[in-house]
Amino acid sequence: MEWKSMPKNETIEKILVIGSGPIVIGQAAEFDYSGTQACHSLKEEGYTVILANSNPATIMTDHTVADKVYMEPLTVEFLSKIIRKERPCAILPTLGGQTGLNLAVELDKSGVLEEYNVELLGTSLEAIEKAEDREKFRTLMEELNEPVPPSDIVTTVEGAVAFAETIGYPVIVRPAFTLGGTGGGMCDSKEELEHIVKNGLALSPVHQCLIEKSIAGFKEIEYEVIRDKKDQAIVVCNMENIDPVGVHTGDSIVVAPSMTLSDREYQMLRTVSLKLIRALEIEGGCNVQLALDPHSFDYYIIEVNPRVSRSSALASKATGYPIAKIAAKIAVGLTLDEIKNPITETTYAMFEPALDYVVTKFPRFPFDKFTSGDRTLGTQMKATGEIMAIGRTFEESLLKGIRSLEIGTGDFYLESLEAVETDVLIKRAEKPDDERIFVLAALFRRGMSVEELYNHTKIDRYFLRKIKGIIDFELTLASKRLDAAALAEGKQFGFSDLQLARIWECTEQEVYDARVNENVTPVYKMVDTCAAAHESIAPYFYSTYETENESIATDKEKVLVLGSGPIRIGQGIEFDYATVHSVLAIKEMGYEAIIMNNNPETVSTDFSISDKLYFEPLTLEDVMHVVQLEKPKGVIVQFGGQTAINLAAGLKARGVKILGTSLEAIDRAEDRNKFEQLLEELKLERPNGKAVTMIEEVVPTAEKIGYPVLVRPSYVIGGSQMEIVHNEDELANYMQKVNTINPEKPLLIDQYITGIEVDIDAISDGETTFVPGIMEHIERSGVHSGDSIAVYPPQRLSKDVKQKCLEATDKIAKELGVIGLINIQFIIQNDEVYVIEVNPRASRTIPFLSKITGVTMANIATRCILGEKLSDKGFKTEIYPECDHVYVKLPVFSFEKLRSVDTTLGPEMKSTGEAIGYDKTMEKALYKGLIASGMSVPFDGSVLLTVADKDKEEASYIAARFHELGFRLFATKGTADFLAEKGLPVVAVGKIGSGNETEQNVLSLITNGEVQFVINTLTSGKQPRSDGFRIRREAVEHGIISLTNLDTAEAIVDVIDSTTLGANAMVNKGALHV
Amino acid sequence: MHNRKLVLEDGTTFTGKAFGGGSETEGEVIFNTGMTGYQEILSDPNYFGHIAVMTYPTIGAYGINRDDFEAITPFMNGMIVKELTEAPSNFRSEETLDQFMKEYNIPGISGIDTRMLTRHLRNKGTMRGKIMDVTENDVTFTTEEEMLAAKTSVSKPYIVPGSGLRIVVIDLGMKQSVLHELTNRACDVTVVPYNYKAEEIMRFKPDGVLLSNGPGNPALLTETVETISALLGKVPLFGIGLGHQLFALSCGAKTSRLHVGNYGTSFPVKDLQTDQTWLTTQSRLFYVDESSLAETELDVTFRSINDGTVEGLSHRKFKAISVQFNPEGAPGASETNYLFDTFLTMIDQNRVKNGVEKHA
Repeated sequence: MEWKSMPKNETIEKILVIGSGPIVIGQAAEFDYSGTQACHSLKEEGYTVILANSNPATIMTDHTVADKVYMEPLTVEFLSKIIRKERPCAILPTLGGQTGLNLAVELDKSGVLEEYNVELLGTSLEAIEKAEDREKFRTLMEELNEPVPPSDIVTTVEGAVAFAETIGYPVIVRPAFTLGGTGGGMCDSKEELEHIVKNGLALSPVHQCLIEKSIAGFKEIEYEVIRDKKDQAIVVCNMENIDPVGVHTGDSIVVAPSMTLSDREYQMLRTVSLKLIRALEIEGGCNVQLALDPHSFDYYIIEVNPRVSRSSALASKATGYPIAKIAAKIAVGLTLDEIKNPITETTYAMFEPALDYVVTKFPRFPFDKFTSGDRTLGTQMKATGEIMAIGRTFEESLLKGIRSLEIGTGDFYLESLEAVETDVLIKRAEKPDDERIFVLAALFRRGMSVEELYNHTKIDRYFLRKIKGIIDFELTLASKRLDAAALAEGKQFGFSDLQLARIWECTEQEVYDARVNENVTPVYKMVDTCAAAHESIAPYFYSTYETENESIATDKEKVLVLGSGPIRIGQGIEFDYATVHSVLAIKEMGYEAIIMNNNPETVSTDFSISDKLYFEPLTLEDVMHVVQLEKPKGVIVQFGGQTAINLAAGLKARGVKILGTSLEAIDRAEDRNKFEQLLEELKLERPNGKAVTMIEEVVPTAEKIGYPVLVRPSYVIGGSQMEIVHNEDELANYMQKVNTINPEKPLLIDQYITGIEVDIDAISDGETTFVPGIMEHIERSGVHSGDSIAVYPPQRLSKDVKQKCLEATDKIAKELGVIGLINIQFIIQNDEVYVIEVNPRASRTIPFLSKITGVTMANIATRCILGEKLSDKGFKTEIYPECDHVYVKLPVFSFEKLRSVDTTLGPEMKSTGEAIGYDKTMEKALYKGLIASGMSVPFDGSVLLTVADKDKEEASYIAARFHELGFRLFATKGTADFLAEKGLPVVAVGKIGSGNETEQNVLSLITNGEVQFVINTLTSGKQPRSDGFRIRREAVEHGIISLTNLDTAEAIVDVIDSTTLGANAMVNKGALHV
Repeated sequence: MHNRKLVLEDGTTFTGKAFGGGSETEGEVIFNTGMTGYQEILSDPNYFGHIAVMTYPTIGAYGINRDDFEAITPFMNGMIVKELTEAPSNFRSEETLDQFMKEYNIPGISGIDTRMLTRHLRNKGTMRGKIMDVTENDVTFTTEEEMLAAKTSVSKPYIVPGSGLRIVVIDLGMKQSVLHELTNRACDVTVVPYNYKAEEIMRFKPDGVLLSNGPGNPALLTETVETISALLGKVPLFGIGLGHQLFALSCGAKTSRLHVGNYGTSFPVKDLQTDQTWLTTQSRLFYVDESSLAETELDVTFRSINDGTVEGLSHRKFKAISVQFNPEGAPGASETNYLFDTFLTMIDQNRVKNGVEKHA
């Protein structure tokens, strides 16, 4: 790329970029996208890029992205070390989310930036503080004469109550400097306020909360703005939340551009947004959130984020304007009028994109996993990921969005709502939850008017009318079953085949056949930033039912890769990592790489990654349309997680070639009976188990196998609804939750074997099985592998066991005919190797293993899939020699954001992200991993133990070690008695609710912060409101380390033991008298 | 609802649903890339003689209000949209776009693949087109170029009193927002028709003359060009849009027709004096040919950063400036409305130089 001039910063040469660390709710894959773009952008300008990020699942931590990568904990301590070692000239903190920004502030305060003369790029510390510190922000707004909702900063609960009385309820609580509004919320009463403020103060690193007058019901509008050092500033995109103010923007359904604003309103808010970015003198991107009164020109500034954000990632994908890439160039001194627009390559970055389509963003919530979680939406973000859909009308865009969500419906209809009483639905519309869009549809189906729903929801009538229009249109189509004109109209309107099939009471296949017959198929339009005003080169497309198709298939041989859709628990950024590497490998091999995905946060949907990007829902019909247009050699499904795998059968049935491991092989691994048969044939051990298809068989089968047993439905992501049950009562409890068992969805019951859990990822070409590494879990079997701490290389496995694992892997891979990746989980008990799970596809551990071993697994696997042989590349059936450092992968949870979710670890996955720790010894690596995962490991203090009877013996050893290390022990009665018996000094405390207000009890210890660790194990069954549950929740909400697994606890004791100096008496060997 | 078609000069036909009023219309078919502002565009006299294709796919969402008009009556000949919103939602909305266009007999077509149409116009260039009923077959196009500004200009002068500088506006199809920018600055404004003579204008003893925006080919407005030539050097001038082109012509430059018209709100232009780039609103089919400037006393003051073309001029000897874009925005950003201040400051300097005392 050529530049007219190069006034970029020549005084700096080496730049440290700070990533955002592990994925948590409020800070997800969008920062991998922005960070990766930024690093590429800086390297393009000739700078040396040093990257710090503790998240091993990211693309940005690849060696190809930065010149040097430090996957060290993102703390001042470690960053200071990196700065001392690397001596960067400058630091770019505005691309690593809130984490990056907070770190820049702390680094500055620590003096290290000044000491080493490190320049801060992009945004000044002053600007960060002005935007982030509520008081300073309000002062700035006053200076600029811009309105903010009446608010006050409080540092005490009493102060909050007093202020709330002066402005009146409802009020919103926003703790200062927390991610995604952690700890905040809307309060209608004094009681609610007291509760939320107390919690918010604890979570805020500066112990401040903002109490703000609620402006719920206003329109929530966002502007993504960008400014350069010449004070040139533009709006890249504005967005309108369908949900009015009151629901966190990350949880809102959002459209771009705004749809209900006249030009005057649009320009008014645009002017304000540009005024703010200029006042803050930000050189780069900035997000401005505004609230607009639907009945006047009154508005309020809600928030300013002086950095790239989730919204800027969305805006980049929604417009094609790569904000992070441009922001990075601006940070090093380039200006908007000289940076080329990468989409057109003929125009410049100084313009405001014109959209000729409607974009809809839907949040993806984790409530399929956390069924007992509080699903109502408020100012605290709860979504783990999001999808984006593009259509030529709002209806088309909305409906494409709904079918991208993968929540069990490809249709604008939730069957489960049919049985719900209307007044309950109205309440759910008033206090929205994750299913609100379906609730609206259900209420319209029951005849409710737009006015009525407007009064209940305050959602703009524009959107309500559109939604009602969809429902009404269903009715007009109903009588025209499979009629040619109706098919065309329905598809133009945005209906999926599934939706039409429901309306017409036929099968999806019938709809599909009928319309293929009538030639009702979509065309593809380009996302080009300029509404076709200029010739564009971006290979970025979406489908619609119109006349002209712009996506012209080339003559090259093509491979279609299916992405993994929205980030959710169990299917995270790891799959995007694998997808991107597969795409790169396909390109390297000379094919045209085409990707389909719908997640706006990811690197895979950056149009510069693949040869062609289809931003589309990942459903059978949408994939088929692309296949029919592009006629690829085949489709690769093994990198896109369960999303892509689930499409394989349908694709194959419609004659599409699945590349790599066959569908039969996938089925043999996932179908319980076939899997059992497979292992039997191969003479491999597995825990006894059975797939049960009838409810009557459940109890007898469990008894026959013998308790404890592991129960779960087949075909699940991340161990959904998987539990260990110890007796018939617990099993009965479990069955109430599952309720549907049928031959299509059998229940799996397995013997529960205690042992060391081991994860293997291998690459196979059907002949050679190459294992880059084995990972051992710290937690014994029973904790989902995604929630366990994994260690590489294994510390407790003999050479013989490793060999057995390799042999088993090789046998399975060969028998299944695996071509590509395979992941196997084993349990090792008494040197016996039991196979518990086989996944013939990319697993969560691919990026972690690829990075630590240097084997780019997804790349090699893709080469195998496309016909290359491992032996030709020098790979043999073996375990790749282990490295001499120790690497641990730690799960990271978002429990503080998800109220009412039990923190106990079990077979069902709960973590949202991962962190890495590595060093020369296991303890050091683990210590760093713990820090990287957001824990601060206290070296002294107190431990509270409250454990189940079955765990008491084992817990006593851990307690003894804590005691040895100088910790004080507290325990509930039963546990305390047991520990006392063992001769340990322990303070017994009362149960929840015991004692009067001044006496200590188990909860007061936690809420008053008198303990540093809580060790709590689950008694039995899952009674979510049990005492144990409250103890665990309180610990999380007060930021106290809560350990629900004794293996994790022991590992932490090891870390403390090896990193602290204890006070030990001299061993008395008896006096030697002369 | 019956069906209508748009037939382009090159024979290409697009069929959709009728909305708005009228039956047949003809005009230059241009595409506008703005995402908001259809009401302003509809009433902007620059769109007289135009059929506008709106690239933003859904039009009419916020209805029509009483405030956002750029002229007393709408001027656009016809509108082409992908989707028409039938039930708008906005606190200011008084009627729907469809009702309004019916009221003023402006025909519209919805349900057209507007992106395809836009790409066609981008590749083939702006051309004439006709909106007509699908059943209609007689497609003949006007070949003679019309002097559009004669119809968008006022027929008689009028005064908008103010306490500040006296500005005469030569109205070629002035947008209300231009007038507003002047009255906001307390100007005493006299609006005169396009064919008003220089002497008549000077009789008002103006402090400055603003040459307004307007539609059509500047080369046809010979009368106005003569007037401007006569005014040049006698009174400070500020030309906008068509006014800019006429100013250039009166100084000896040439204008030409663009292959593809510039209509929208995201046109980046650089102020060469400050090196600052701004986003501007534009609505034009003609441009000042830079090669023709060599023989003139004109300097380029603004340039398009995308294609480098002339976006602003100033006279080396006389107090006269002009810009191709719409500094008043409406729709679009009004961040270049500092140019109205530049104009007034230029007048002030002129007055000090000439020893004229300020008005009370």
